[in-house]
Amino acid sequence: MSKSEIGLIAHLMRNAAFGETEPQLLNRSNNSYDQNLDSLLNPGEPDVMPQDIILRMNGSLDEGPGTGASDWMYRMVTTKNPLEEKLTLFFHGLFAVNYSVGNQARTQLNQIDTFRRFAFGSFKDLLLELSRDPAMIFFLNNNENVQGNVNENYGRELLELFAMGIGNYNEEDVKECSRAFTGWTIYNMEYMRVKAVKDSFSPFGRIAWHFEYRDHEHDHGDKTFLGEKGKFNGEDIIDIIARQPATARFICQRLFQFFAADKIEKEGANVISEMVRSYYENSYEIRSVMKTLFASDYFKSLASVNCRVRNPVELVVGALRISGSVSTPTPNVTAKLDTANFMGQGLLRPPSVEGWHEAEEWIDSGALVERVNFVAKEFRDHSQPGIKVLLDTFIGNKQKISPEELIDRCANLLGFINLESKTKESLTKHIERKCTDLNIHSKEIDITQLPEESIAELFSLISITPEYQMA
Amino acid sequence: MTLAKPTTKNKKLVIVQLSGGNDYLNTVVPYNNDLYYDFRPSVSVKPEDVIQIDQNIGFRTHMEPIKRLWDQGKVAIIHGIGYPNPNRSHFRSMDIWHTALPEDVGSEGWLGRTVRDLDPKSENPAKAVNFGRGLPRALQCRGIPVASVGDLATYGIMTDIEDLKLREYALDSFSKMYGGIQGKDAVMDFLGQTGLDALKGADILRQAPESYSSTVEYADNPMADALKSAAQVMFADLGTQIYFTQHGSFDTHSGEMFKHDLLWSEVGGAVGDFYDDIVEHNEQDDTTIFIYSEFGRRIKDNGSGTDHGSGGVAFLIGDSVNGGHYGEYPSLEEKEQLEGDLHFNNDFRITYTSILEQWFGLDAGDIVNGRFEKFNLFDS
Repeated sequence: MSKSEIGLIAHLMRNAAFGETEPQLLNRSNNSYDQNLDSLLNPGEPDVMPQDIILRMNGSLDEGPGTGASDWMYRMVTTKNPLEEKLTLFFHGLFAVNYSVGNQARTQLNQIDTFRRFAFGSFKDLLLELSRDPAMIFFLNNNENVQGNVNENYGRELLELFAMGIGNYNEEDVKECSRAFTGWTIYNMEYMRVKAVKDSFSPFGRIAWHFEYRDHEHDHGDKTFLGEKGKFNGEDIIDIIARQPATARFICQRLFQFFAADKIEKEGANVISEMVRSYYENSYEIRSVMKTLFASDYFKSLASVNCRVRNPVELVVGALRISGSVSTPTPNVTAKLDTANFMGQGLLRPPSVEGWHEAEEWIDSGALVERVNFVAKEFRDHSQPGIKVLLDTFIGNKQKISPEELIDRCANLLGFINLESKTKESLTKHIERKCTDLNIHSKEIDITQLPEESIAELFSLISITPEYQMA
Repeated sequence: MTLAKPTTKNKKLVIVQLSGGNDYLNTVVPYNNDLYYDFRPSVSVKPEDVIQIDQNIGFRTHMEPIKRLWDQGKVAIIHGIGYPNPNRSHFRSMDIWHTALPEDVGSEGWLGRTVRDLDPKSENPAKAVNFGRGLPRALQCRGIPVASVGDLATYGIMTDIEDLKLREYALDSFSKMYGGIQGKDAVMDFLGQTGLDALKGADILRQAPESYSSTVEYADNPMADALKSAAQVMFADLGTQIYFTQHGSFDTHSGEMFKHDLLWSEVGGAVGDFYDDIVEHNEQDDTTIFIYSEFGRRIKDNGSGTDHGSGGVAFLIGDSVNGGHYGEYPSLEEKEQLEGDLHFNNDFRITYTSILEQWFGLDAGDIVNGRFEKFNLFDS
C-alpha cells in the first residue's frame, strides 16, 4: 500500500472513527480504502462489555449524569464499531436531551441505545423512534400534549431543530404537527413522578420511562401539514417530513459538518448534493449517505484535512484508544473518561435542546488548556500499553534520521497527523535542543540512542499542536 | 443615565454561585411565621437557632459572618429574586441566569459580555478568572479569553511535567507552534490566538500564590479553596475584575437538614474569611461579593428535603454596598404562592443592571438584553 493511501485511510479513521495509529492502520492496509469504509459502515458485533457489567464496576446510574456519561465513553474507547458510536454521538448532539430530575441516566442511556440501533438505518425510522422515545417525550413535554390541549414543544423542535430547519414550514404546520402527536406519551408517568420528586440522586431501583400511545388522548381530526391533508397521526407526519427536500438537505448538511468540515465551501456543497441524492435513492438510509460522503472525491482528495475542530469526546476517546490507559470501567478509571465535560462536552448534558455549539466554539482558553493537558499526559506516559506498542515499533529500517524524519515518524505513528511546515520547524528546534542535551548528533539522529521518554515526549508535543485539535 | 463612579477599573466582582437551588426559606428564615412551620414540619430551622435580623426574619445557622457584615450595613439582601415563568430545571434555569435570557436560548454569558466591555481590546487574558474546571456559560463570549482555573497551584499548560527543563521546552514549543500557525486560515488564527492567550493567562496567574501572604486561615473545603485562590489572584494585582466561584450541590431533595447546614457552614465561613482577607489587603472598597442560586425551593417540604421551586434570595456584600433589604419577602399564603413556590417579585436582571452600571460604570442594556429598573445597591 502506498504512503498516500495509508494516509487516506488515516484521514478516514480520524473522521469516521476516533483515529488509529500506524500499526493499526498497517493491519488495515491489506484491504483497500473502499473495503475499510465498507467495514466501518457494516459493522458486526461491537464486542463491548455489556452495560449491566459496566454498571456493576462503575457504580450506580443514579448518581448524576457523570456515571452514565463515562459508561458510554468506556464503550466508545473499547468498541470495534467506532462509526456506529460516532453516529450515535452525532444524534445525541442533534436530538439533544438534558439529564434532569425526570430524565435520569438510565432513561437517557436507553435513548442513546435507540440512536445506536437506528444509526445506520432509515432517517424516517429514526425520527419515528425519536417521537416514541420517553426521554424526548418528557424533555419536550409531549406527555402534556393531548387532544384539545396541545403542547407544541416537541412538534416545533422536531421541525426546527431535529429534521428540517427554520424557514421550511410555517406556524400552522407546527400546530398541526403537534396535534398529530397528541396522545404520544409516557406509560408510567405517575409512578415515576413520585419517585423523581422525592429524590434526585438516590432512587435505587428506579426503572426507566416507557412509551405509550393513548388513542383517547389523540386528536383524530383532519389536519393540514406541509400542504397535505388527512387525519394524520404521528407516523404520517414523519412520513411527510422524511420526504421533504428540506429534511434531506438538513440531515446531510449536519452530517457533513460533523464528519468532514465545519465550513461548507463550494466543493463541500456539491458533496452535500450527492448525499441528498443518495438519501432519496436509498430510502433515507444514513449508511448510504455516509458512504457517499466518505467515498466522495472531495473527501478522498484530502481537501477536507484539518477542516473541522475535533469535539472533546472524540479527542478524549481518540487519545485513550491510543494510550490504552483505560482497561476496566472502575470508577477511578472512568473519572477521567468524563474529562470531556471540562472541555465543554459533558455527555448526557448538552447545554440545551439546540445541542452543543460546535466548530470553533469548542475552543476557548479554558477548554484548550484542558484539551492540551489531557492528551499530552496520555501520550507522555511511556508506561501505558498503547504507547509501549508505538515505542516497540518505533525503530524502523533506518537507524540514523534527520529531525524532520523523526517528526514524520512520530506523526505517522500517531495516525499520520498532518502538520504544517511552521509547526514542524518549532518541533525541529525542540529536537535539536534535546539532542544537544543528550549529547547526540542533532542532524543525523541515531534513534537507538533516544530514550523512550524523549520519544514519548515528542508524541505529546505533537498531540498539543493546533493541528491535532483538528481532524 | 447616571454612572456612579469615575474610576471603575479597579472594581472587582466576586461571584459565589450556589449551584443546585439554594433553599431561600431555610437561608433567610421567616421564623415568626406559623405558615413556615406548617409547611415545613420536617425541614425547617428552629426559632432558637435563627440569627435574628428583625422580629420576622433571621439568618440560618452558620451565617454569623454575614450577620456581622449585615450589622455594619455592608450586606444587601435581595428578596424574592427570579424571573417570569420560572423554569425548574437546573440546567435551563442556570442558563437563564448565565445568559440573562429567560425566553430564548442564548450562548453568550452576561459576565463574558461584561469582560468584553471592561477590556474591549482583550489586552488582559486574566480579566476574568473562573475558579473551577470547565467554563460556565456566564463567562462565555466569543473571542473573550477567560482563564478557568481548577487549582491555582498547578494551573497552566502541562504543569504536571515535574522536570522543569522539560516543561520549559514543552512550553516553548507550545508558544512557537501556536504563534507560528497564524495566517493559514481563520480557524487556525483563532486557535493560535487562543493558545497564546491561555499561555499568557497561565503565566500571569501562576505568580499569584507566590506573592500571597495573609494572617487569615481559610478552612479546608472547595468553597474556601476557591475564595482563597480568588484572594491570591486579587492581591497579585493582575487587573482581574471578575472572579467566578461556585459551591454545591444545594439540590437538597433529601437529607436537607444535614446537607444545607454543612453547605452554609462552608459558604458562611469562607465568605467571612475572604472578607477579612480583603480588609487585611485593603481591597474592601473595591470588592463586592455577589451570592446567588438558580432558583429557590418548594414551600412544602417532602419529609426529608425540598424540591425545586422558584423565587430565591441573593446577597451583595462589600464596604461599598448599600446594605439593607431589596425586593420583598414573598408571602407564604397559599393564594400568593406560585404553583406551590414563593412568588418572585423582582427580575434578576434588575440586580445585574445595578451592578453593571453602579459598580462597573458600564451600559447594561446590551449585556442583560434589555432595559431594567435599578436598585440603589451601592453607596453613592
